[in-house]
Amino acid sequence: MSQTAAGIIFIASLILAIALVHKPLGDYMARVYTGLRHNRVERLVYRLVGVRPDAEQRWGVYARSLLAFSLISILVVYGLQRLQDKLFLSLGFAPVPDHVAWNTAISFVTNTNWQAYSGESTMGHLVQMAGLAVQNFVSAAVGMAVAVALIRGFARRGSETVGNFWVDLVRGSLRILLPIAFVGALVLVAGGLVQNFTGPHEITTLTGGVQNLTGGPVAGQEAIKELGTNGGGFYNTNSSHPFENATTWTNWFEIFLILVIPFALPRAFGRMVGQLRQGYAIVAVMATLAVLSVVLLNVFELAGNATVPQAIGAAMEGKEVRFGASNSATFAAATTLTSTGAVNSFHDSFTPLGGMMTLLNMMLGEVAPGGVGAGLYGMLILAVITVFVAGLMVGRTPEYLGKRIGAREMKLASLYFLVTPVLVLTGTAVAMANEAGLAAMLNNGPHGFSEILYAFTSASNNNGSAFGGVTVNTPWYDVALGLCMVLGRFLPIIFVLALAGSLAAQKPVPASAGTLPTHRPQFVGLVVGVTIIVVALTFLPALALGPLAEGIH
Amino acid sequence: MERLPGWLRQHLAALRAVAVLTLILGALYPLAVTGVAQALFNGNANGSLIEKDGRTVGSSIIGQLFTDGDGNAIPRYFQSRPSAAGDGYDPLSTSASNLGPEDVVDTLATDGDEGRQSLLTLVCARSKAAGELEGVSGARPYCTSDGVGAVLKVFPDRAVSVNQACPAAPFVTVYQGLPVQCATPGEDYAAGRTVPVRGDAPAPAVPGDAVTASGSGLDPHVSVAYARLQAPRVAKERGLPLDQVLTLVGEHTTNRALGFMGQPAVNVLELNLALDGG
Repeated sequence: MSQTAAGIIFIASLILAIALVHKPLGDYMARVYTGLRHNRVERLVYRLVGVRPDAEQRWGVYARSLLAFSLISILVVYGLQRLQDKLFLSLGFAPVPDHVAWNTAISFVTNTNWQAYSGESTMGHLVQMAGLAVQNFVSAAVGMAVAVALIRGFARRGSETVGNFWVDLVRGSLRILLPIAFVGALVLVAGGLVQNFTGPHEITTLTGGVQNLTGGPVAGQEAIKELGTNGGGFYNTNSSHPFENATTWTNWFEIFLILVIPFALPRAFGRMVGQLRQGYAIVAVMATLAVLSVVLLNVFELAGNATVPQAIGAAMEGKEVRFGASNSATFAAATTLTSTGAVNSFHDSFTPLGGMMTLLNMMLGEVAPGGVGAGLYGMLILAVITVFVAGLMVGRTPEYLGKRIGAREMKLASLYFLVTPVLVLTGTAVAMANEAGLAAMLNNGPHGFSEILYAFTSASNNNGSAFGGVTVNTPWYDVALGLCMVLGRFLPIIFVLALAGSLAAQKPVPASAGTLPTHRPQFVGLVVGVTIIVVALTFLPALALGPLAEGIH
Repeated sequence: MERLPGWLRQHLAALRAVAVLTLILGALYPLAVTGVAQALFNGNANGSLIEKDGRTVGSSIIGQLFTDGDGNAIPRYFQSRPSAAGDGYDPLSTSASNLGPEDVVDTLATDGDEGRQSLLTLVCARSKAAGELEGVSGARPYCTSDGVGAVLKVFPDRAVSVNQACPAAPFVTVYQGLPVQCATPGEDYAAGRTVPVRGDAPAPAVPGDAVTASGSGLDPHVSVAYARLQAPRVAKERGLPLDQVLTLVGEHTTNRALGFMGQPAVNVLELNLALDGG
């Protein structure tokens, strides 16, 4: 069988698996977030934390709880890194330098998992487990909590509250992420991933050379890293490292873990608003964009249109033999369509147009299907913008799921959509205009520009993958990208929660003959169109200077 | 708690929440996974280590070098792919090259600067070397016969073969009526138009994975094509029949999982161990 045929079956099998799982998982998640009972472990947790789980929060309180939790998380992860030499399991590593520690703390708390460090030579096991892996869980749970709060905004009628942050956080972590990650980790160990607490140990190779084999609690971290769309590798080379992604089928399984929650959340949305077909419409938009992107990325990488891939005969630089070009391209699409940012091959060495697709995926705002939670709330905002655009066309006040999209709602939705382009484009512009910014390029010409653009796109969209040649462990980049990550995460979250609050307070208006139906293919097509147009208008000029200049001769 | 100001109460709750969740997710979770993993899949969980004569010689899923102290290939062993991890296959500094698909112009070495090879020249040089080792042609598209990237910088009155330092003979003498010169190290040719020249090389005899660095720098595999290319050399060095070596290659080939996942791949360390009778 040719690589292309195998690659098509690979994609089809992933689609099939996700189609099978998304209903039961989505229904389960809806039950988790709507259930009234707390289990014994959770009651103990709430008592230790000192919160009343049955107290409902207004959106402002919800947001402040979320921000407080994230701020404390940043401080704890920062502290663990700075003090690692004084704690246990440090493997003898020195304290992480302050600018790297700040960048990494923000990176993991914001679900970005951008890595300005090399895991195997910087982070001891304690930081990896108690700092980074914990944030892999809770930052994902925070994303889901925000999405659920927004869903409640649509589902509730004349309500002042949007839920309880602490309950959503704990349930998301313990009832959804933890069990799947536990099973996933064991599946990955069965495939060959390591899970131990040893440090590097020296061995003598077959020919008498010296090699230091590394250890660590890798599988457990790998599972939640993919499941929570985090993406921060235990090792520098992330999921291309055999200890993180040992076989061709662990590769399939890791892509499955990346996509499974984001594609199941629309089902939970449909359940919670009481109209499953609304969830199907959202998942159809996500799937349309995702399939388009996966196919294009595969086409570009398999065609290998650029000088060096032509000389090689295949785009194999930066790729593993066991994965090949096609499965590497599929992983790259999955990781950038979501906010994961894990890589099993190095995007910097992709063909110009293949690399552009990874950039474009992130520029879509990571909504197809996006990060856990973040993808759904991003997509719902796009749906709101679409009904507004459609409302303008026919001259009616737009509504979505019976809630009027008035001036306040549209302002919040527009602000949401302005945050990342402003961060990406100003960040890139500032970097291109000063020497500290320019010094980071590994490649020169348009490809060097792409490296910088990619870095700011990745940070601002909380993705975390990189055109890896860029040298970002400098104070300037650590600070600049840290700011992009923190603003790119929490400003949109505040706007979404504000929107949730204002929607929850509304009483739904009954649908009339003039109401735009939001569950039909027509609406799916409209949302896809609006998404692509908004993104193209915003980013085409920047893409023209980078990958398009490089790829089109 | 209740009497404290709201913002402080929230941050105290946040601090406790981080502590409790760290205990569950940062301590109990990895311990539980480790416990079960060690009980069920002990070998995998500890790194798939391989022993020979009672001594650990590596991990079956981490590639290693089969070169002598000077970095030259040991001919009786199958060779791994090029690696960008440290000095090659170093798990303490895993890395890809991260060089771009249009990285075609070298910085030539001068007295004060050791220069930099472009990805294209790296590919061409590796292809030439592998061709010489295996006794086949190392020619590739966009490569000169002396193993650098065939790239011109075109100016109005001349063209320069930028990767060929003088006094090398340029790979073509004339380009669209313009004379082609060799490149003077240290001279700035940035203003010229970059033209990679494909040339007339046939389909390369040396497979793509033999001339590229992997993503991890630890790739334990080579393609079936590259293993088959190396087999005659290894058979000759070891005085074994070629069929026997090819049979071993087949035995150490991992096919696509379920018939469609990934690409067929040959595990180099296991293959070499089998040849050594380990």
